[in-house]
Amino acid sequence: MLQTDANPHLIATDRCGEQLQFPAIEALWQLLDQVPDPEVPVVSVVDLGIVRELRWEQRQLVVTLTPTYSGCPATEFIEEAVAAALRAAGITNLRLVQQLAPAWTTDWISAAGREKLRAFGIAPPVGSASKRTLWGEEPEVACPHCGSPQTTRVSEFGSTACKALYRCDSCLEPFDYFKCI
Amino acid sequence: MKQNQALFEYLLRLGDSNMILGQRLCEWIGQAPALEEEMALGNLALDLIGQARSWLEYAARVEDAGHSADELAFTRDERAYRNLLLVEQANGNFADTLARQYLFDQYHYHLLGALSSSTDAQVAAIAAKGLKEVTYHLRRSSAWIKRLGDGTAESHAKMQQAIDEIWTYSGEMFIADEVDRVLAAAGIGADLDPLQRLWEADVQALLAEATLTCPPLEQYMQRGSKQGLHTEQLGFLLAEMQFLPRAYPGASW
Ligand SMILES: [Zn+2]
Repeated sequence: MLQTDANPHLIATDRCGEQLQFPAIEALWQLLDQVPDPEVPVVSVVDLGIVRELRWEQRQLVVTLTPTYSGCPATEFIEEAVAAALRAAGITNLRLVQQLAPAWTTDWISAAGREKLRAFGIAPPVGSASKRTLWGEEPEVACPHCGSPQTTRVSEFGSTACKALYRCDSCLEPFDYFKCI
Repeated sequence: MKQNQALFEYLLRLGDSNMILGQRLCEWIGQAPALEEEMALGNLALDLIGQARSWLEYAARVEDAGHSADELAFTRDERAYRNLLLVEQANGNFADTLARQYLFDQYHYHLLGALSSSTDAQVAAIAAKGLKEVTYHLRRSSAWIKRLGDGTAESHAKMQQAIDEIWTYSGEMFIADEVDRVLAAAGIGADLDPLQRLWEADVQALLAEATLTCPPLEQYMQRGSKQGLHTEQLGFLLAEMQFLPRAYPGASW
């Protein structure tokens, strides 16, 4: 892994091959919106707010990514998937930059992303992360299957660090809740 | 002591404490009392090892000696490790693990809170990101201390014994040395005195709520990790953690 001197640091750079086309930034956002998150494939890396910025620096495309959780094991996989999607679209002069601050928050998950999570059976984050306090009230999480607000938290951690495990008291189905951070 | 040298030491301490506690928690995989707890402990470990990686990557850059974060984690010997004595202590029973976790989480929460406003932008960025995760850790371990302390007679007795036994390792984090002083003066590191007051007040309040007795704050506290002097526990942990990368350098799969 190559690195520059300061944050944000350089993840990788690729100059092989001559690049002839320079698509509009908006088209590239749409392209990356097709790259699924490896752990929750119904949402894209754009839906999750992992892609922070796309910009042309003369002939080089600079992609700024932010990791979700510090220990997210999918971070490298996502970097590679984003680079691969762009290369497949003919973007060979590419620079990926990792940005830690401001820290990723579930507030950045798009409205479309929240709806896709719910349809997949994962309750999307409730409320705003910036207003959540250490000993604040537990949010009221609605069941993604039947919509009932009567649910119980089973564990603070679900199948991955970003989720908590809940059970619906109405339809009795267990479900994952995408935690608000 | 030069500021850069102090910063390298400081980053090792931050990274190593996360790394070692993460490794300890991984030992629960396959043995936790309930499936939900096993997933929680595994995710907790993942958060901590992820934070360790951020700290050690930055340490490697500050050191500027051509080491990678992996080399710092997997090729340093016990005496070069700078994790708190608290986090290297064995898992014991579930109450022992939670006592260690809570005392660390309570410290970690205030520490990252302070470091979030560090004058060093990278320290502040890693801390602010970690603080969100550690808030969850603290919420979870606090709830367990209350549940077991204020639970049955047996859970209360085990929780009390766990707190009493780990207590002697809880004071080291607030014993400042030159590294702490140099970096606190520069606004890069945390000032440990206010941190200690916050920690003591929180721990006393939580233990009281859990109907547990807080051991005396003035008791002698074990120390030495800031100079690389560890308890016998660390060597065994490192032997397991470092075996593969040392036996098969550069192995990948
Ligand atoms: Zn339901």
